[in-house]
Amino acid sequence: MQIDDIPSSTARDLASRIVTPGTAITSDPAYMRGHGTFGENDTIYSSVAGAVERINKLVSVRPLKQRYSGEIGDIVVGRITEVGSKRWRVDVNSRQDGVLLLSSINLPGGIQRRKLESDELQMRTFFAEGDLVFAEVQSFFADGGLSLHTRSIQYGKLRNGQLVTVFPQLVPRSRSHFHTLPCGVDIVVGVNGYIWVSKHVPAAKVEANSELIYSDRNEHISDSERETIARIANCIHLLNRLYVKITDTSIIFAYEASLPHAVKDLLTKEVATDLAHTVKARLLQQS
Amino acid sequence: MSRQELLSPEGLRVDGRRANELRRISCRASVLSSADGSAYYEQGNTKVLVAVYGPREPRAKAQFNHDEAIVNVEFNVAPFSTSERRKRSKGDKRLLEISSFVKQTFEGAIQRSVYPRSQIDIYIHLLQHDGGTLETCINAATLALVDAGVAMADYVCACTAGSIDDTPVLDLNGVEESSIETPDLTVAILPRTGNIALLQMESKLHTSKLEDVMDLAVEGCKHIHKKLDDAVLNAANDLASKLGR
Repeated sequence: MQIDDIPSSTARDLASRIVTPGTAITSDPAYMRGHGTFGENDTIYSSVAGAVERINKLVSVRPLKQRYSGEIGDIVVGRITEVGSKRWRVDVNSRQDGVLLLSSINLPGGIQRRKLESDELQMRTFFAEGDLVFAEVQSFFADGGLSLHTRSIQYGKLRNGQLVTVFPQLVPRSRSHFHTLPCGVDIVVGVNGYIWVSKHVPAAKVEANSELIYSDRNEHISDSERETIARIANCIHLLNRLYVKITDTSIIFAYEASLPHAVKDLLTKEVATDLAHTVKARLLQQS
Repeated sequence: MSRQELLSPEGLRVDGRRANELRRISCRASVLSSADGSAYYEQGNTKVLVAVYGPREPRAKAQFNHDEAIVNVEFNVAPFSTSERRKRSKGDKRLLEISSFVKQTFEGAIQRSVYPRSQIDIYIHLLQHDGGTLETCINAATLALVDAGVAMADYVCACTAGSIDDTPVLDLNGVEESSIETPDLTVAILPRTGNIALLQMESKLHTSKLEDVMDLAVEGCKHIHKKLDDAVLNAANDLASKLGR
């Protein structure tokens, strides 16, 4: 393979650039080795199976399938696994659990002050084990661990809905990851592949009653709302199963196409394939 | 005749292969949706299923390592894997031995320093047993690890070879392996450099024969490398075409 032929930008055609572990990529000393590669005797080898990418003189191999690896500013959904001193550990589908520091959360009521010892003692009233949080990646630790923060009115604890897990590769980074769909459902599309589908609660209501940020109680969810949530969740499942990019647009398209079918039939093979093709066609038409 | 004839005068073995022939290999990556990486691998009648989880947060807090990943291997034999139904306990020494061999082999091949403070779990299930357990486990685990996107210096390819009536034979099946006179040697290599990752033998073999037997096994490993590489490329191209659309 000629490394110089690879365009510097991410090209659409992946298949021609696929390498497997142990493949020599280049022995030109002008290149630097990036992720997914290693050097031996002045030659750069691939260490994963994936597509070769080149950015100026930096050569890296991006595996086609991998756990989520964070970047600063990513919006993620995570599950609290452990409450420690001044910190929570959060499972974010990554190589190791992320950390949410007590100092990087908002207090109920949006009061701005230093966190005291009394806050430390009542950390479980904010987040307890098993809670789902909506957070942003703030920074990295030296060992590659993620540090999260929830310092915004829209971040915080998730309730009134259900979690759907998808391939992280299918979720592109975009301007907004929180969407209110026209069918009255809120979705939080975490870049780490965790997606929260919940009943729509107006932001004004949360802002008016700041205690709601850390509430553990669901609001009343009517049967029709439950059905819509289940329908959206199944739509996301089927997009994931058939490798369609998961964005608010593709979810809305899948939802609209799914309306003639009963919710429980959405995941049957015929219906799922059919819907996925419809969504793909519409996405193609749009672009 | 007291014992079964393992090599006929025409040079054919019990299953009709020649001395330097491998069994039929078929394998597929990405067979499980919940695991990070998985593989199904058949070599003759020996069939294994491997699931790889991770790199992920270490489950046991006591044993994690600050500068590299730990590798955890669990090996399981299905009760229906042999002609005689038998349930093995988890603490079976034979199973623990195989899992520790697999673990040692991959600790060398995986670039563990890329994943500090994490754990890579490899779960191996032997579904059908017909000789060459260790080789199939290693080959299947390689495929599953590559599928999971774990950084490795190279594939690890394993193969067995033995010696019947002074003739070196490749890839022993269940009948040949259980015969007492047949020594069997398992070799795992890193095909790019040709370095040996594992060399295991539990029976006696005359030193003069060792070299021939090992050369044959290494030759077998190279064939297996080709097979694995094809399977990885297939899986990668398949996924790339799905994601590219």
